[in-house]
This record gives sequence, C-alpha cells and structure tokens, in this order.
Amino acid sequence: MATVYDPQFEHLLRRAGFGARPDEMDTFRTLSFNGAIDRLINYERIPDEVDSKIFQAGYAGVTTRGGPLAPQSSIVDARQRWLFRMVHSDRPLQEKMTLFWHNHFATAYTKVAGTLGATEGARYMAAKASEDPGGVRGQLEMLRDNALGNFKDILVNIAKDTAMLVWLDGRTNTRARPQENFGREIMELFTMGVGNYTEADVYAAARVFTGWNLTRPGAATDGSRRYAFFYNANQHETTAKTFSFAIYPDGGTTIPARSTADGMQDGLDFIEGLAAHPSTARYLAKKLYRFFVSEFGDVSESFVSRIANVYLQSRYDMKSVMREVLLSPEFWDSSSYFARYAWPVEFVVRAVKDVGWRGYSVNDALAPLSNMGQILYDPPDVAGWDYGQSWFSTGAMLSRMNFASALAGNQRFNLATAAAPYAKSPDEVLSFVLDSMRTAPLDANVVAELSNYLHATTAWTGNAAQLQAKVPGLVHLVGATAEYQFV
Amino acid sequence: MNITRRQFVRGGVAAFSVTFAAPEFLSDLARAQGARARNLVVLFLGGGNDALSTLIPYNDAFYYSRRPTLAVPAANVLQVGRDRSNVALGLHPRLTGLRQIFDAGRLALVQRTGYANQSRSHFQGTDIWATANPESSAGYGWVGRYLDSLPSPLDALVGWNTTRELPRVLQASRVSVPAIPNAAQYAFASPNGGVEAAAERNAAVRINSHVAVDRPELAFVYSSAQAALATLDRVATVGTYTGTTAYPNSGLGQALRAVAGAMVRGIGTRVFYVTTGGFDTHSQQNTNATNGAYYNLMGTLNDALLAFYNDLRNQALLEDTLVLGWSEFGRRITENGSTGTDHGAGALMMAMGGRVNGGLYGSAASLNPDPANPTLENSGADVRYETDFRSVYAQVIDNWLGADSTSILGGNFRASGISFI
Repeated sequence: MATVYDPQFEHLLRRAGFGARPDEMDTFRTLSFNGAIDRLINYERIPDEVDSKIFQAGYAGVTTRGGPLAPQSSIVDARQRWLFRMVHSDRPLQEKMTLFWHNHFATAYTKVAGTLGATEGARYMAAKASEDPGGVRGQLEMLRDNALGNFKDILVNIAKDTAMLVWLDGRTNTRARPQENFGREIMELFTMGVGNYTEADVYAAARVFTGWNLTRPGAATDGSRRYAFFYNANQHETTAKTFSFAIYPDGGTTIPARSTADGMQDGLDFIEGLAAHPSTARYLAKKLYRFFVSEFGDVSESFVSRIANVYLQSRYDMKSVMREVLLSPEFWDSSSYFARYAWPVEFVVRAVKDVGWRGYSVNDALAPLSNMGQILYDPPDVAGWDYGQSWFSTGAMLSRMNFASALAGNQRFNLATAAAPYAKSPDEVLSFVLDSMRTAPLDANVVAELSNYLHATTAWTGNAAQLQAKVPGLVHLVGATAEYQFV
Repeated sequence: MNITRRQFVRGGVAAFSVTFAAPEFLSDLARAQGARARNLVVLFLGGGNDALSTLIPYNDAFYYSRRPTLAVPAANVLQVGRDRSNVALGLHPRLTGLRQIFDAGRLALVQRTGYANQSRSHFQGTDIWATANPESSAGYGWVGRYLDSLPSPLDALVGWNTTRELPRVLQASRVSVPAIPNAAQYAFASPNGGVEAAAERNAAVRINSHVAVDRPELAFVYSSAQAALATLDRVATVGTYTGTTAYPNSGLGQALRAVAGAMVRGIGTRVFYVTTGGFDTHSQQNTNATNGAYYNLMGTLNDALLAFYNDLRNQALLEDTLVLGWSEFGRRITENGSTGTDHGAGALMMAMGGRVNGGLYGSAASLNPDPANPTLENSGADVRYETDFRSVYAQVIDNWLGADSTSILGGNFRASGISFI
C-alpha cells in the first residue's frame, strides 16, 4: 500500500473531520491509505466515549452556568458539547456527517423553543436518550446515530422527528386542511431538489403526510412526559394521491386510496419513492461533492454519476457512499486540497486543534461563531447555511480574524513555551508556527510580511516576554490569513 | 430549470479591486450647503409576507369566508382609501405609524407585484427578486449591478449590509459590500496592546494588500479582509450614533439606526440593506391578537420604520432617502388547517421617503375562488401578479438612482401607472 504523507492525511482529516490534533496525526501516520479510510468509515469499532472526557484534565474546557453541564435541556450547553466532540472525538467522520445532515435537514432551535419553550427546544434538538427522563432522542442525536446509516431510514426518522414536526408544522397537518410546508421541503431540499416536482405534487405530498402529528400523553406533573410522533388516523386524508414522478418501482405514480387505519403507509411509500428517485441520488452526490471534495469549479459529472450509482445500488447506504467519496480520484486530486471555504465551525475547531486547547473553554467560541454566521442547532432557514463565499462578508471575516486573536491570546503562555526551543531566531519561530498551523501554502510576500512583523517594534532577543507577545501575535496573523480560511 | 442559491459560488468569482483611495465624503458642511445625496435602503421581509394581511381588502366577502380565523375585522383595519379599481383597502391595525406616513403622502404601496409562473420556493424566489431575473437566478444582484455601473474608483463603503451574510441583491462584481451588523463591534482585535497591537494591524493591512493572482476564490477572501480593514475607522464613527428619536431594540430598529447614523456622519455609503424575518407564517399566524405572531411582525416593521422616518425628518435627510420594501412572494389566500397560510404568489412592495408620491398603486385582486377569476391563479388559490416587480425596480433605478434601468435590468421594464418616485 502506498505510503501516505502528512499533507494527504491532513487533507483527509480536514474534510472527513475537523482538522488534526497532534495525537490524531500520530495515530494516522501509522496507517495505510485504506486503513485510514477504514478507521474513519467504520467508526463504530472505536468506543464512543468522547462525552466522558468533558471536565477531564488535558481536554478543552466547557463553561457551566450554576449547575452541571446540561446539553439535554440547555441549548448553550448542547453547543458546547458538540464543539467539544468536534475537537476531541476519535470518530471525526461521525461528527462531520452529523454536521452535513444538520445542514441538510436544517432545523432551527429558535422555532422549536419558541413553540415549546427553551428547555423543551434543547431537549428535542440535542438530548441523548440515555440522559433524558423520558428517553427523548433529540434530532441531532438521531442524525449522529445514523450519520452513515441508510438515507431512507434517516428520511423516515426525520419525518417523525419531534423538532421537525414543529419546525415544518407537520404537527398541524390535518385532513381538512393539509399543511404544505413539510411536503414541499422534503422534495425541494431533502431529496430531489427544486425543478423536479410541480405545485400539484406539493398538494399531494401535503395530503400524504396528513395525520403525521405529535402527541404528549401523561400528566403535566410527570417529569418524563414528552412529545412523540403519533399517526393520527382520524386526521389522515384517505383518497389516492397522484404524482408527476414514479413512487413505485413499477413506475406507478399513484399512492392508492387507503383506509384511515392503513393511511400511514402513504408517507412510507412516498419516502421510499423519493429515496429511490434518480434526482435524489444526484442531488445528494452533488452536495457531497461540494462538502467533501471541492467548491471550486464545476461539480465533476463523472463523480456525480458514480456516487449516485453507488447510492442507488446500495439501496441508500451512506457508508458505501462515503467510502466511494473518500476513495474517489477527485477527492485525492491535489487541486482539491484547500478547495473549500471553511465553515465557521470548521475554522474554529481546526484552529483550536492547531493552536491548543488547554485552558480554553469552547464556550468562548460561541459568540464568535454567531458573528461569523454559524450558530449550531440554529441554521438560518430550512435550506441550511448559505456557504461558500457567503461566509466571507467583511463583518464575518473580521470576526474570524478576531477569533484568531482571542484564541492566540488565551494560549499565550502555552504558545510561548512551545516556541521556546526555536527562540534563537525570528525565522525559526515563524517556521515553527507555520508548521503547527498547517495552513495552505502562503505566497512568499505574505511570509515576508509575517517575518517583518516579528522584526518590528523591538530587536529580537527571544526572551520569554518577547515570545509571549510575538508568538500569539504571529498565530493571530496566520489564523487571520485568507489562506487559513480554506480546508 | 434547476437553479440553487449556491450557484453563484460555483459560477463566477470576480476579481475585486477595492480601492484604498480616500472617498470624497459628503460632509455635514456640504450637506448644510445644499448638496444632496440619494440613499437607497433595501428592506427585505424574509419568509414571504402575507400581503393580504398587510394591506387588507376589507370589503371583499371572500376575504372573510376564505380566512375564517385570520381575517382582520373591517372595523379594525386602518382605512387608507380605494385603489384604482375602487377596492377599499386598509392597513393592518398595528401599522399606525405607517398610516401616519401614508397620510403624509410619503408611503407608496404597490399591490400584486411579481412575475409569470412565480416561484413558491423561498430560496429560488428570493434569488429571482434579488437578481431581477426569473429565467436564471444565478449571477449578481440588481443593486450590485447598479454599484458596478458607478464610476471608478468604487469606495469599499459604497454599500452597507446590516446582516452577517452578503445578500444576493448586493452581490456585485466590482465591490464586496461590507457586512456590518454591529458598527460598535466592528474593530480589529489583538492579543497584545500598544505598539505590538499596532504592528499586528499594520501587518494585517500589508498582508491583505497582496493580490492572489489566478486564484479567484482566495482573492475573494483577501478582498473581504481588505475591505474590512479599509473601512474600520469610518464605521467606528457610526457606532456611537444614537438618533434623534428612540429606535426600538429589534434587529430592524437597530439596523435602521445604523443606517441613519451612516447618513448623518456622511461616511459616503449610498446603498443599505436591512431585513426582518419571520414572515413564513405557516401556522398560528394570529393576525388579530395583540402579541399574536403576525401582529408582532407588523409591530416590528411599524415601530422601526416610524423611528427611522422621524429621525431622518429631524436630521433633514428624508428628502435624500428612499426605502424599498419587498418579500419573495405573497401567501395563499385560503388559510390552512394550522391557522396559517402557505406559500403563494402576488406580493406587496412598498416605497417610503421624502420624495415618494405616496398612495395606492395597482389594483387589488378579487378573492373570488372561481378558477376563471382573472386576478387569481393556481385555480383561484393565489393572487396573480399585475405589475412586474422589475417595473418597480426600473422606477427606482431611473428616477431615484439616476441610472439606466434597461442596462441594469437587461431589458425595458418601464411601466406607466406606478410613478411612485
């Protein structure tokens, strides 16, 4: 098996993860090319113990607010836990795919909380079943559990998901007044993409999901009381529904009239039809290309055909799909390196991994992430975040620069200590910082300006005080470069 | 047609040339001496505003029969007279400030704007309104194309976007319009103080003055950093502006305070973008109850615009300002089972400012669900557009911005009967 060099592993871990901690690099350096991809894809073989590392020495911190960390009931704590996982998980692809699905099925805490209250909003977005008194598994935990699962299963789960039923108003979809919101978006954004369905299909899809509602049995005093999916047969609209595209493998376009008792099958048939639709396969393949391979230039048509084919042949198995993505020549082409605009969370987590986390609370990244335009669990709308160049408004770029400043300042003493062996010349310090940050190649004139910065203000002595000022200053400037905004 | 709003990213990445040349500010002195500027404030109501709840045909019996819970009782609407088809109309009861402005003749309401085969997708619809191109919604925004038409050098602060993401409508090939959601926080941080901090900022400015040759994506990020660094000091002067009237603490209110501040400080900005969201009222739209969802949406809009209007009047800037409001579509006529409304078609546009010829433009739809009703479409479900939205843009471009609408819009969309400016 071909030897894999660091730049290739770094590329792999920037895309299939959130960059590489030094210990991650050490692990991956011992692996072959296939071994590395196996480790990422078959992550269930690695214990899922990252949450148990929270509060342990040697890891990034979290900030509690007068009680234990409560991600199952506080959205701020849920955000902290997810950032902590992104930094410290040994299953990086699981976290990366969860982020991909979060953007794909973009559901915003704000609306769920506005409808059900803040505590319940966090619960249905972020609770783990094991920590919730009623066994609620929040939407993002469902997606995390199915990160490389079967796409059709994910669709069924999402259609029954409490947060989704609030977010796209499915809970109010009734026989007399079908509600179009979910019926439209499942076609436009979750599966086939705009342009592949008609307004009549939207009406029919709304009727398909009539009765897919929520219920909340039990007494108000019962602490484990919860909302859950409930097929309300009385609210199901039973007539046949005809679409402009095939729902069934035989090409049939009509979901037959069914009794109210059997009517839930309408939705399952419809989801199966959407999952099997060739447009869905291509839509997902294009999105995966943009997320994992490259945002530059056109989407590779050959990639889309191959990935769409694997998706359909495997009957929607995302593990097979992602193996093909990570093995694809497009992924490994050197032109794909740093060919994606880093999302704010990618930038932030990678910076923490590169610069250091001891003594840093991930809580301190939450406000900067908001200023950069990405609040976890709160995408701006059902289409998810507007990525690519849209991340780089001037205000957001300034926020990235300022985050690099704050992180560098927080790590001042760690950085100065780490740089001490290179203190005898500014250029050795510069080489050390550039190697640690693993940034995209910098133009010579940018490197020259960084060197000028180290030489500015006072003559170089390399003493502790100088390192404590200049190394954080340099890390700030490197983290603020345009080159560092690409993964 | 299969356009996504991400297509711009794939499509063209422009090479930017943001100038560091000091722009010629319109100073307070110049303003006092009578020099006028023409400011455009683009106001986006995100989510698809329910036009029929903003401007209400309160005598149409079908309005009540098709909206049993959402219809606003005739006695509650703020009557604003009859349109050219003699339909009596009223503003939502929470829009008391807008009614004042309407009565002062400084608010124009253009009914039933849109285009043929209107998209009911938020994203495609927003892109179409932003690019002014129903055929292909990829490409630059119509306001961005106006900025591109201005003479060189183009100041980095010629536009000001008050949101975090650059909206399509302001995307231009020659300038990266800065996103400044909070002027007071728009500053360059440093882990150090004093001369070290100054050295860092100096280094950042020098690094970002480089041009990434033949790497347009990288050049784009460079240009964004460069524009941020080039505008920090001017923006800082706006952060301290409080206004002559109290602005509400809503996102829209604070954004409009910053817009007024930029005008008062005379920092050279000509085009502003503000937005307020939450108009995707699929359920519990609640038009009538105080603190109901739609009632609050109208409150946010009303209070922010009224404060802005009064502040500009006090600052003698009203004559220099045009606010153009729009939303990506109107909503279905018949309310749904969730006491909300789903995505529809014909939309309401509004224009506010000291030079606006206020009043009602266009004609209201009859809400009779008869499929043969020519003012409706989609089997009587949705309001059909009457005025092409690009005709409204043409008015603004030709008569306010003083540019040529046919070149910016890629065609002649000038229309009679909507001379609101």
